[in-house]
Amino acid sequence: MRQEPILATHGLTRRFGGLVAVNGVDFDVRPGEIHAILGPNGAGKSTLINLLSGEIPPSEGEVLFHGKPIQGKSVRQIARMGIGRSHQKTNIFPRLDCLQNCELAARIHLGGVFGSWRSRQRARQVSERALEVLETCHLVHRAHTPAADMSYGEQRQLQIAMVLATAPTLMLLDEPMAGMGREETVQVTELLESLTDRYTLVLIEHDMDSVFRLADRITVMVDGCVLESGPTEQIRASEKVRDVYLGRHHEEATA
Amino acid sequence: MLHRYPKRVAVIMLVLLAIVAIFPLWGPALFGDQSDFILEKLTLMVILALFAMSLDLLVGIVGLVSLGHALFFGLGAYTLALASPDFDAASLWWMLPLVMLVAAVAALVVGLLVIRTKGIFFIMTTLAFGQMLFYLISTAPFAGGTDGVFIMFRPTLTAGETMLLDLDNPQTFFYFCLGMLVAGFLFLRWLTRSYFGQVLDGIHDNERRMQALGYATGGYKLVAFVIAGVLAAIAGMLAAMQYGFANPAQLGWHTSGEVLMMLILGGMGTIFGPILGAFAYEILLYVYEHLTVHWPILMGLTIIAAVLVLPRGIAGLIIAPPWARRKPKAVEEEEGVAAHLHPATIPHKEG
Repeated sequence: MRQEPILATHGLTRRFGGLVAVNGVDFDVRPGEIHAILGPNGAGKSTLINLLSGEIPPSEGEVLFHGKPIQGKSVRQIARMGIGRSHQKTNIFPRLDCLQNCELAARIHLGGVFGSWRSRQRARQVSERALEVLETCHLVHRAHTPAADMSYGEQRQLQIAMVLATAPTLMLLDEPMAGMGREETVQVTELLESLTDRYTLVLIEHDMDSVFRLADRITVMVDGCVLESGPTEQIRASEKVRDVYLGRHHEEATA
Repeated sequence: MLHRYPKRVAVIMLVLLAIVAIFPLWGPALFGDQSDFILEKLTLMVILALFAMSLDLLVGIVGLVSLGHALFFGLGAYTLALASPDFDAASLWWMLPLVMLVAAVAALVVGLLVIRTKGIFFIMTTLAFGQMLFYLISTAPFAGGTDGVFIMFRPTLTAGETMLLDLDNPQTFFYFCLGMLVAGFLFLRWLTRSYFGQVLDGIHDNERRMQALGYATGGYKLVAFVIAGVLAAIAGMLAAMQYGFANPAQLGWHTSGEVLMMLILGGMGTIFGPILGAFAYEILLYVYEHLTVHWPILMGLTIIAAVLVLPRGIAGLIIAPPWARRKPKAVEEEEGVAAHLHPATIPHKEG
């Protein structure tokens, strides 16, 4: 794991009026790892993801993707550089069927809409790619079901499939298990596990079991700052992290 | 799947098309002297259907509610009126491309300025551009001011010396308009089912997600805006051919509002719905106008009732009739599509 980081931030800060949502965060993601971001509500995790995907500009600091700053680029340009993201809220095209959802994602990656008018081969590549990601996400049997008619868990899986279809070099997943039942959570955890050898992932998640099972490294955020960052074992053993998660009372009691 | 409808839709539409198309056969028997007048009305409905369909691409498909679509309708009419020679008939061979070109350029310019806005701001900016052209034309001496411009000779369609279609003949002109409507419908149906149409559906559902996938959504919306503008201009040109003049009223917001009501009545986002909407609106208008001078009240109540009772318009009534709504879903679905997919045979290209 001595490679160049695929993504790095330096002193990344974002203010909303008087509130500092993200405060001087230095953080890096190495190729091939699953990097989880943990933290209590309001710690600035989602803001951090939004900064990484370019959806909001930083107040200070910079984000480097493959060593190049993403500053000033549009969401669309950053997406096409290879950062794929899923949102905390289910974010799919409800009237389109499962396959079409993935085809839309695959098509832009494989050269866009107008290119595929010219070439039958590209059209085939697109649907092959879409089917492939549906298979990865165990949704092939739903290929022709409108996304709106699927269960919540399936919609979340579809969202991951769509990110996969754009063949990103880095995936940002914002609470992929949010609002899921136990069984579905296990299913998605297994799905993400199956991706580990092929993709680099930044994962925001509340479900501790899943995080400890999946992550290679964990960054813990509190009040917009990085509390601790390191390999999963280190975080699991960390006193500081335990204090934050068990609450202030525990801190006072042990002090 | 989206933009694919039960067979009954195609059957009903083809039957209606056949009934309308053979009007010259049954019209005189049923209406006698009134027949010519009704043929004229029908021609107008066909033209308005094309106009309403073009707006559906924006409102129903992309989700951009335009209140200035009459701008392009009127532009088509005025291009014909102003470009026609004074003492001779123009040829459709160059008039039609000219109308399309003028509309495309205008839609590109207007589109570049309005496409960045959303929701109420899009409505307001399109309205503003429509009204700008309305006041420009109705005060311009070269365009005849509020009187408009007369078109002395209807354009002709000839090949060499022989006349291909005698457009001065009301029946021939009716069939010509009907042909344009069918062509426009087939084009839009193809477009909405194409990859490009899929992107428009994506924008309609969730534009931000499309951007996060990497789509430059503005460009796609602009292309849709230009296509809608060009189709509306063709309808406007046909209307001017029909009336024999171009009038500022054709590009005012009132016309934009009327065509929007046709959409609501017919069912947005279906392409075939607006055709039904245009016919229904015109028939209602004709009936109400004869009942009372206060017909707008009746029309308003009808539109309100339609929105309440038929949220998806007449099209919704055909796609999912009340008596078929309780049927199990599987009946409507194309059978066994999933069976044709063999993901196992797909070569693995990852990594």
